[in-house]
Amino acid sequence: MNGALLAELYVFVLAIFVGIEVISKVPVVLHTPLMSGTNAIHGIVVVGGILVLGHATTMLEMVLGCTAVAFGAMNLSGGFFVTDRMLEMFKKKPSDKKAAADKLAADRREKDRRAGERRS
Amino acid sequence: MSEGLFHHAAYLLASILFIIGLKRLSSPATARSGNLIASYGMAVAVLATLLLPGLAHRPLIVGMLLVGTALGIAGARTVPMTDMPQMVALLNGLGGGGAALVSILEFQAASVDPVLAGPTAIVSGVLGTIIGMLSFVGSMVAVGKLTGKLSEKPLQFPGIQVLNGLLFVGMVGSGVMAVAQHASMMWFLSLLAFATPFGAMLVLPIGGADMPVVISLLNSFTGLAAAATGFVLGNNTLIISGTLVGASGTLLTQLMCKAMNRSLANVLFAGFGAGQVAAAAGPGGVKKAVREVSMDDAAVLLANVQSLIIVPGYGMAVAQAQHGVRELADLLAKRGVDVKYAIHPVAGRMPGHMNVLLAEANVPYDQLYDLEQINPDFERTDVALIIGANDVVNPAARTDTSSPIYGMPILDADKSKYVIVIKRSMNPGFAGIENELYYDPRCSMLFGDAKKAIGGLLEALKAL
Repeated sequence: MNGALLAELYVFVLAIFVGIEVISKVPVVLHTPLMSGTNAIHGIVVVGGILVLGHATTMLEMVLGCTAVAFGAMNLSGGFFVTDRMLEMFKKKPSDKKAAADKLAADRREKDRRAGERRS
Repeated sequence: MSEGLFHHAAYLLASILFIIGLKRLSSPATARSGNLIASYGMAVAVLATLLLPGLAHRPLIVGMLLVGTALGIAGARTVPMTDMPQMVALLNGLGGGGAALVSILEFQAASVDPVLAGPTAIVSGVLGTIIGMLSFVGSMVAVGKLTGKLSEKPLQFPGIQVLNGLLFVGMVGSGVMAVAQHASMMWFLSLLAFATPFGAMLVLPIGGADMPVVISLLNSFTGLAAAATGFVLGNNTLIISGTLVGASGTLLTQLMCKAMNRSLANVLFAGFGAGQVAAAAGPGGVKKAVREVSMDDAAVLLANVQSLIIVPGYGMAVAQAQHGVRELADLLAKRGVDVKYAIHPVAGRMPGHMNVLLAEANVPYDQLYDLEQINPDFERTDVALIIGANDVVNPAARTDTSSPIYGMPILDADKSKYVIVIKRSMNPGFAGIENELYYDPRCSMLFGDAKKAIGGLLEALKAL
């Protein structure tokens, strides 16, 4: 086994752990955007497409290479764009901090009310 | 590939940006910037690749990049939020197809001089082709199912397992032979001939309700296919980003299965929703009647309650009723009704899909409650208004051990004092399971398209 492959295998295994680690605590609210965001990241195959098209010699290689580049570009641009569209909607609320504070206060009032109900 | 220090630095930077982006994507406050950071990483990687010395056909490459980007953005700008699952599936399929094409070309190049190419390129070329093709064909079938062009019902016929087993063995066997015979093109073509139908057969037996899990799984497949092309091309950025997606996609898939209390194997192979035609009859075998409520009566009831919990489901989404629902909620809130939304983890066709749809309709974030938060509230609530949701409020998941959804966490809408269900017909949901909630004496049905029904309720309310 040559050194380059060994290094690549190390990278591969470490990347698995990083991938699991970084999203291990994602809330359900974000599942859809996260899925489409990671979807955009595997548009990285466009790099592979560029490399094969850049070294293509036959007609078949050119056609398949062009398709691969176009597919990859669609995957990544569409993916990032649509994810941004979704996340933008989550953001445009008056102010998340204020909303969160209001909700906290409302929850507290509700708790008090319930406690009162129980007493009476 | 002759990569200098500059390219290694650029690829390293891109990988770091991907990891930071992914990390930020998993928290609501930072998600948008995370997506942006990941896209910068992509730009860095693409530019660095374009600047590699010895690259031919640069104008053609740039042209294809521009065409692909324009098409991708055009699609992403116009797709309605309800169609998000098929959009993600389509983009995923394109990525998988791209990875498969790259692998095919690299394998073909390796077959010319197998000794020079080396076993790594041949093995990862085969792996990239298999996984990429499965992802491409599988995603396209998923798109077909989600858009209704293919039947949403799980495809089941006698011997389907045998057929799938043969396809699988044929695919893997051809792959092994292609490697063993020193990058044999003949075995490679045989691999393609097996992998293509196997990709379709992987998804066809799965019901529409389980498509989100399938898309998530195929998403991680595409990531792994991209990683495989990284091994072929000796490119670490491809390996890192592909593997990141593969690993996180697998975790996401597991989280989704957990939300439905089912194993991945059960989702993939059980043919969920096929044939479980529980009769519309009670335990005694007596066909029970449902109670219908008129638009006006429902409006009067809603106007005079103190608390209301809205349970939106996919039926609301397909009817595009979310804007009307928000209007209804606002109107009732003005009348002093305490309105909350209960969001089931798998409401909609994708986990988190319902949050996206309601956010689009400007429903305030603080009115959305998830399952654990809202379930204790139902028994103190006057009315639960269920709009186009079915399986996520089916009490059988709590009580009926023979039900296929037994054990799935559900919203306890049946515990509220009164339940109104807006539903097109008595057809069972995607899982194809009868819902005894509808026969409960405290439950009334308001039949009709969600948008029309909500519009009717709004009019009736305004007239009060």
